[in-house]
Amino acid sequence: MKYMLLIYNDPDRQPTYGAPEFDEMMAGFFAANERMKADGVLCDGEGLQGIETATSLRIKSGKVETTDGPFAETRENLGGYYIIDVPDLDAALTYAALIPSAKFGTIELRPLMDYKPAG
Amino acid sequence: MQDAAPKAIAVGKAVDEIMRRDRGRLLAGLIVRLGDFQIAEDALQEAAIAALGHWGRSGLPRAPVAWLMKVGLNKGIDRLRAATRESRKADALGQVGLPDASVETPEDIPDERLRLIFACCHPALEEKSRVALTLRTVCNLSTREIAEAFLDAEATIGQRLSRAKAKIRAKGIAFAIPEPELWDARLGTVLSTIYLIFTTGYVRDEAGPRDLCREALFLIGVLQTLRPGDPEIEGARALMQLTEARRAARIDTSGATVPLEEQDRALWNHGLLAEARALLATAVARQRPGPYQIKAAIADCHMADPDPDWRQMSFLYQDALPHEPTPVVALELGRGLAELGHVDLALDRLDAARADLAGFQPWYAARASLLARLGRAEEAGAAYRQAIALAPTAASRLFLGRRLRGIEAASGPDIG
Repeated sequence: MKYMLLIYNDPDRQPTYGAPEFDEMMAGFFAANERMKADGVLCDGEGLQGIETATSLRIKSGKVETTDGPFAETRENLGGYYIIDVPDLDAALTYAALIPSAKFGTIELRPLMDYKPAG
Repeated sequence: MQDAAPKAIAVGKAVDEIMRRDRGRLLAGLIVRLGDFQIAEDALQEAAIAALGHWGRSGLPRAPVAWLMKVGLNKGIDRLRAATRESRKADALGQVGLPDASVETPEDIPDERLRLIFACCHPALEEKSRVALTLRTVCNLSTREIAEAFLDAEATIGQRLSRAKAKIRAKGIAFAIPEPELWDARLGTVLSTIYLIFTTGYVRDEAGPRDLCREALFLIGVLQTLRPGDPEIEGARALMQLTEARRAARIDTSGATVPLEEQDRALWNHGLLAEARALLATAVARQRPGPYQIKAAIADCHMADPDPDWRQMSFLYQDALPHEPTPVVALELGRGLAELGHVDLALDRLDAARADLAGFQPWYAARASLLARLGRAEEAGAAYRQAIALAPTAASRLFLGRRLRGIEAASGPDIG
């Protein structure tokens, strides 16, 4: 079963670049990556640039509307994701717990839709 | 043909009997093999109907439970095939590897209920759903019985159950015993679910059609049998047994709650009490303390002969605090201090927790009793009135009303 692990966090609570906690967090991400790769469960994973770089698009009565900023202004926002392929939720939770930002943010686990080819 | 009717009735009774006793085991076995809650439930229902016909014609099989398991498995595989055809994935059948029902089912079916309990009590499900699912699948309560026990509408519980079953599938919750590194956390959720079932039954003024305390004791018994030697399971069982042992004494003839210290100890179930104490001693001897062992030890001190051991209890609450840093534990600590003579200090503690416990009925009741002991009758009266307004049962309203009248009488006729 494939799960997307959505990494949410509040930028204000994240360690700042240059602080030892920042290096520790990056080492944590590196270790999580390596573990997922070594276990053969990692399908994909990326970090996202900050919400100040976000652009949102909607189509309203046939017209494309483009706005600066993210879809929803919340304290915690999406900072990156992993997609992993594991047998069940418990396994997915075990990998999610390796993500260092879970200590100050939230990891949301969402099963991917299963589009098996018909016939 | 003369005896056809009585024979059919006898077979019907036998099927009922087996389903009542072994439904949990059969269902657990089918879910584990078929991998789907709803399909397993429907298949077992079909198997029971098939049994009525077959057993009516050719008599009871040698191993009826194994018969039901095998037929249920076949019915379930048929349903899986149909579902697969429906979604036009027939060729995928070979790849998903359907369970093989042709293998001889042994008479001694392995008990898979532990896996089922852990799936039903998965922390990824809501607490109320955990309770309802566990009662439905492991204890075999009907939707109506669950609804009555929780004073909820039958349709609401039905909906909750089907949503929870769909969630187990969609979220990918496995029917598996958790890995050792997840065991403690996962067991904690299982025990809190069972304990919630127990306490819900215990505070009810009258037992519904199915006594939830009994169901909780049954569940914790199953857990202990399937996972012997776990001190927290033993501790939780001892805690429930200690509480159950006081059951007959907890309400007096007028229907009012009787606090533990004032209970008629002759009404306690001393056989169960001894059993609980022995079990707790076994658990503690394993030297792996945990929150349920501590709670059981507190209950044990509270029931000490001839009087509660308040000193020991306050130490135990200190131990409980790191496991459960909740205002409720802080409240109990305060109550213990009062019993040791530090009533002022206890009141300070309680008042410090005021913000966290706004609207929590036991806080008002405890505060009222402390104020009464300090002779602050007017404030005590006000606190009692708040506690009564928030009281969950008629029995506790009666008890608190009596205390309130006691204070009013003692403080004299203030309105002439």
